[in-house]
Amino acid sequence: MYGRKVKLRFLFIILILTTLILTTFLVLKSLEENVVYFQSPTEIKSLTEIDKSKIRVGGMVKKNSISINSNEVNFIITDFKNEINVTYSGAVPNLFAEGKGVVAEGFLKDRNFFSASKILAKHDENYMPPEVKEALGEK
Amino acid sequence: MIYSLVGHYSLIVGLIIGLSLFYFSYKNFNNSTIVNTKILSFTFLQLFFVAISFICLILSFIFSDFSNETVFNNSHTTKPLFYKISGTWGNHEGSLLLWLLVLTLFIFLFLVRSKNQPVKYKILTLVFQQIIIVGFFLFLIKTSNPFNFIFPTPTEGLGLNPILQDPALAIHPPILYLGYVGSSIIFSSVLAATSLKIISPSWASHIKKWVLISWIFLTLGILLGSIWAYYELGWGGFWFWDPVENVSLMPWFALTTLLHCILVLEKKSILTSWVIILSIATFTLSMCGTFLVRSGILNSVHTFANDPERGLFILIFLFILIFLSILIFFFFHKDDEKKTYSFFWLSKESSILINNWFMMYFLSVVLIGTVYPIFLDVISSQKISVGPPFYHKLIIPFLIPFLLMMAIGPKLKWIKSQLEDKIYLILFLIISILLAFLILKNFNQNILINTILISSALYLFFITLRDFFVKKYKNISQNIAHFGFSLLILSILFNNLFASEIITNLKVGETFENSKIKIVFESVDEKKKQNYNAIIANFSIINSNGEQESLSPELRIYNQPVIATSEADIKTTLMSDKFIVINLVQNQDFFNVRYQVKPFMLWIWLSVMLISSGGIISFLKKRI
Repeated sequence: MYGRKVKLRFLFIILILTTLILTTFLVLKSLEENVVYFQSPTEIKSLTEIDKSKIRVGGMVKKNSISINSNEVNFIITDFKNEINVTYSGAVPNLFAEGKGVVAEGFLKDRNFFSASKILAKHDENYMPPEVKEALGEK
Repeated sequence: MIYSLVGHYSLIVGLIIGLSLFYFSYKNFNNSTIVNTKILSFTFLQLFFVAISFICLILSFIFSDFSNETVFNNSHTTKPLFYKISGTWGNHEGSLLLWLLVLTLFIFLFLVRSKNQPVKYKILTLVFQQIIIVGFFLFLIKTSNPFNFIFPTPTEGLGLNPILQDPALAIHPPILYLGYVGSSIIFSSVLAATSLKIISPSWASHIKKWVLISWIFLTLGILLGSIWAYYELGWGGFWFWDPVENVSLMPWFALTTLLHCILVLEKKSILTSWVIILSIATFTLSMCGTFLVRSGILNSVHTFANDPERGLFILIFLFILIFLSILIFFFFHKDDEKKTYSFFWLSKESSILINNWFMMYFLSVVLIGTVYPIFLDVISSQKISVGPPFYHKLIIPFLIPFLLMMAIGPKLKWIKSQLEDKIYLILFLIISILLAFLILKNFNQNILINTILISSALYLFFITLRDFFVKKYKNISQNIAHFGFSLLILSILFNNLFASEIITNLKVGETFENSKIKIVFESVDEKKKQNYNAIIANFSIINSNGEQESLSPELRIYNQPVIATSEADIKTTLMSDKFIVINLVQNQDFFNVRYQVKPFMLWIWLSVMLISSGGIISFLKKRI
């Protein structure tokens, strides 16, 4: 009915379409799996269940809350409404200080405890991560 | 004061010349003498005035003229001279002036170097380039003038962010910009050639050297940024999939693909649509990079000053350019229907084409990972970030066929090919797999994927290595670049697999010990410099063989602006880097210590240099 060439071209188009659909699916799926959501302490307080996936928490480091021992740094992130205790064992960025903005990445243990695996570095003393600004601005 | 005035008026003169060039080009479209005389001298004048303006800005920085707002915001009298100069392009206004300087430089060089090209083509290229140049002039003068006055004149400036006070970062912007902006000339030229329908092999060999120049500079620019991030940011990595890094990687993917397509076009007169679209994409992605970095949309380590008005301006400008180029592409470009050209599936063309698709895939992954968070924020104001696992998961598996194709592709002939020397191709594959298995046999994590990855990288490594010694194989630049790429992938893999890290908090005099290593925090010294005070911590690292090494990382507190930075101490050897960085947490006696052993770090840098030297050789070869 159709020539060989037409059949071949048809096959080719189908091949390309399936590849495209497969890749899109793959990309979207891994995007879903690897996205890290940002939450403020207040948002965490209002969670109905504790999510097991990785999140970011941002706010201010509460005054006089940093305590350090040989393998951990403990501090409190506050958005002046609610606060959350953070334990962290890892390298601390230069601009990590009390009364400054901070973003911590890690896992929630419960609504009051957060175990961080990374504290993000920001390299300008006047700079406030947009998320933190927004989280604080909501107060 | 005087410098700012001269600089400002030179900019305005440059803009007027740009506008008058439109007029001349329109009036004398068919006049061949005008290009070589009037237009060339006007282009030179424009370059001259932009250069004057740039020099004025440098002088303002050198003499710390704080009546200039840019200098006030970004300099300080106690800064060393070198960083006063590099501060010129370490800020938004100055770096845009540098963009403009490179834009005008490239169009001037282009006109000088293309004496034998058709007149209409030259004039049209000039017109398209002038559209970009005028756009940037307006942008600079309107939203980010580097010569704004402050009155009354402050006595001291605000200083440059200390992390930018670094030799690698001082030359990183100019090099990277030569790459970014170099792609503008490809963009203009492609639009001109498309409108005149002269996209042909001879055009390809003419534009090839321009593609090579921007590719070389872009590669080196990314390398410098990466080296800087490695030793200055204190994370001990060289690539973080940070949006600002991604933004430089995307034009690199497009440009590398373009380079390969140009080679095919030059030899076989096919893939013209690829060439046109990739040229447009490269420059658009470079512009997008500028837009994303400068508009402050990206939440990233490069958090420079930002302003929404600037972002909006670049965005509108970007849309105009994209719209213009799409219009030209659809109206003027017609694939030559008469010349049906077909090639066998096993040929050089098809292997290049397949790798092009892989490159486009890598590009889209990076694009989606970078843009998706912005997109989601705009439509649902949900804050998310996309981390390295996303990129690793999507890119690494596809590297395997990509590497194999890179090894076999250059061996194939044009149009239709048979694999020659099958024996050694298979032999090398077996050796690579065995070797990869031997290296990883004591390793228990993800052994399958790692073995396959290392085998395919080793395969490319051996094949390209062999080609250096095969006499009939002449394409030395391609061979070096591909060899460098195999070395890069191998170094990155080994670097990731065999790296080790210890993070601990120590007081002065304390010791950290585990079964393999002992870290002794010996003492602390202090040092005073012109623009910072430093705490130097002295560590001894003793490994299980009893070998001792002393490392002294620093913690610097700069005077203006008052910022603490950690200076890592790195002992580099051929096989591995020992990296230590400290930080002091406020009001505590504990130092936060991070010690890392990073194998093959040096080879990552060397292999990227090899890749770009492949480009340099190709560039030099063609000019003779």
